[in-house]
Amino acid sequence: MSYVWTIAEQSKGKLRGVSFELLSRGRKLADKMNTQLCSVLLGSNVSDEALQELIYRGADNVYFIDDPRLENFIVETHSNVLSDLIREYKPHTILAAATSSGRSLMPYVAIQVNTGLTADCTELDIEEGTKHLLQTRPAIGGNIMATIKTPNHDPQMATVRPKSSRPLPEDTGRVGKIIRLSLKDELVDNRVEMIGFRKDLEEFVNIEEAEVVVAGGKGMKKQENFGMLKELAKRFDGVVGASRDAVDRGWLPYPHQIGLSGKTISPKLYICAGISGSIQHLAGIKTSETIIAVNTDPDANIFQLADFGIIGNLFEVIPKLNQRLENYKKEGK
Amino acid sequence: MNIIIPIKQVPETSNVKMDKETGTMIRDGVESVINPLDLYAIELGIQLKEIHGGKVTVCTMGPPSAQKALREAIAMGCDDGILITDRKFAGADTWATSYTLSEAIKNMGSFDLVLAGERATDGDTGQVGPGIAAWLNIPLATYVSHVDEVTNTHITVERLVEEGYQILKMPLPTLLTVVKEVSDPRLPTLRGKKKARATEIPVFSTENMNLNEGSLGLKGSPTKVVKIDYPKVTRGGKMVSANGEEGINAAIDELIKFLEEKELI
Ligand SMILES: Cc1cc2nc3c(=O)[nH]c(=O)nc-3n(C[C@H](O)[C@H](O)[C@H](O)COP(=O)(O)OP(=O)(O)OC[C@H]3O[C@@H](n4cnc5c(N)ncnc54)[C@H](O)[C@@H]3O)c2cc1C
Ligand SMILES: Nc1ncnc2c1ncn2[C@@H]1O[C@H](COP(=O)(O)O)[C@@H](O)[C@H]1O
Repeated sequence: MSYVWTIAEQSKGKLRGVSFELLSRGRKLADKMNTQLCSVLLGSNVSDEALQELIYRGADNVYFIDDPRLENFIVETHSNVLSDLIREYKPHTILAAATSSGRSLMPYVAIQVNTGLTADCTELDIEEGTKHLLQTRPAIGGNIMATIKTPNHDPQMATVRPKSSRPLPEDTGRVGKIIRLSLKDELVDNRVEMIGFRKDLEEFVNIEEAEVVVAGGKGMKKQENFGMLKELAKRFDGVVGASRDAVDRGWLPYPHQIGLSGKTISPKLYICAGISGSIQHLAGIKTSETIIAVNTDPDANIFQLADFGIIGNLFEVIPKLNQRLENYKKEGK
Repeated sequence: MNIIIPIKQVPETSNVKMDKETGTMIRDGVESVINPLDLYAIELGIQLKEIHGGKVTVCTMGPPSAQKALREAIAMGCDDGILITDRKFAGADTWATSYTLSEAIKNMGSFDLVLAGERATDGDTGQVGPGIAAWLNIPLATYVSHVDEVTNTHITVERLVEEGYQILKMPLPTLLTVVKEVSDPRLPTLRGKKKARATEIPVFSTENMNLNEGSLGLKGSPTKVVKIDYPKVTRGGKMVSANGEEGINAAIDELIKFLEEKELI
């Protein structure tokens, strides 16, 4: 009763990293209310070890509905199932990831179970006394932080930005229950058919879930020059992003675009070169933990937001930096 | 093909500058525009109409002045505009907004497609589109980046997800929320502007819609904003100049030290 739930995500039977980030958020809330934390997973063919990891990383219980019909995310069926679980178990709080699935599933469920939903939260807490979930989120392109609560409806629901929290370390001493439930046929909605999947980009990047993003803008001058950013990104196990100007010029495809009309990211490290830092671009990077910028223009807006700014020519600075990091790796300094 | 496009009027932010002293946005004299991400939905709607026939109706819930947004959309090539306005709608969250919009859509006659923007640049939630689909109990595809095939009964779309593009065959009627990749918005034409001025904009309100009053506006919204902070966006970080061989080397030394301190290398 009145548990905290987090919605785990899987892709092809493998758990996605956000599932663990949500558990570290959920753990804090559950401890504060002295209640249990449950991870809910709808999917197919997920191994016992993977389910066990949810417990090692904070869950007390795992509810797993294992059915081939849940393998692909189809919002109608997934929301029917989640709404049905909510009506049956009546959780206090539900956290989901602000991913393409979470951001589709949760607003649909909010209508089905008649409660509020706050998008893209970066901070969550429990209000003393009332036990309402305090949901803090950036709005208006990150220029205000709004704290929202849902005083008269249950459950309390929020989506959380990927990478805005770190998973708990694995604690193999933790014990918990894995509860397998079966899919009720009447909840399956066959109206929409998934007929294929396309992944034709050379390296399809998931910039929202990358720890490190290295981005280039119009100052990169041409497509070929992105090679040096790819090299830099690789050194950090990161991925390459771009400003809208760079995407509109065809230097990188749209899934790489960061900002108002692209992706919003919260990486541990954001490095950008040749990006001026327009309001629309900044809207997508404001919640990055550390920002490093290279720009020739000392008055570039991006420097307002940078934790470390280099006023210089990126064509000189980036290759040198790559060289330096190569030596650093070799010599360990 | 009858297409309905809910659009939102938002403050224009492309010319907004940052105040370097306070680190906040300067919003003086900010004009209202169509949510820029809704333009992609409008363009897609017009293109689908041009190929498959039918009509495109834009609607917006907002103050009476929001009819300007509707006229702009008509100037681009939409056929009709409907203004959904009432004092009782004010302060609605995404739950109450999607309720009101879904009821308005039910009052617009039969439709095949609802197209919404991915999110609005002010509220920035992206929850209203999926909410409308849930209220109408019609299928939903979010983050649509391509429309592949349209028949009398189905539409096949690609949606951008973390691992690639999911290809979905959706029965009509359905609701799509779209991303920038789906279209390249056209500008209004002179003829369109003329037409927009002459078009009559019907008004939907609590008077001519049968609405559950407890589900409207601020009162009917499950979520309540309890606090607003204006965080400093400027970070006052370290700045170094990298001029000439030596300057560049020194700057990179500093950067390496910074990365070490932050445990990033
Ligand atoms: C509705 C709307 C939505 C938008 N959405 C987005 C969005 O999602 N994402 C986005 O990024 N933009 C978006 N924009 C566009 C935005 O306003 C800017 O036009 C864009 O971000 C500028 O890209 P940029 O910084 O790459 O180019 P510029 O502003 O041209 O900046 C290039 C920078 O490179 C620097 N430079 C040049 N040469 C060098 C060199 N050799 N070494 C180092 N520095 C160099 C210059 O000093 C300059 O600061 C949007 C705009 C609108 C109106
Ligand atoms: N007041 C409104 N009137 C009409 N459409 C709206 C309104 N609010 C949101 N929408 C639609 O829903 C989308 C998502 O908005 P939001 O959930 O507020 O980010 C927008 O791009 C519009 O298509």
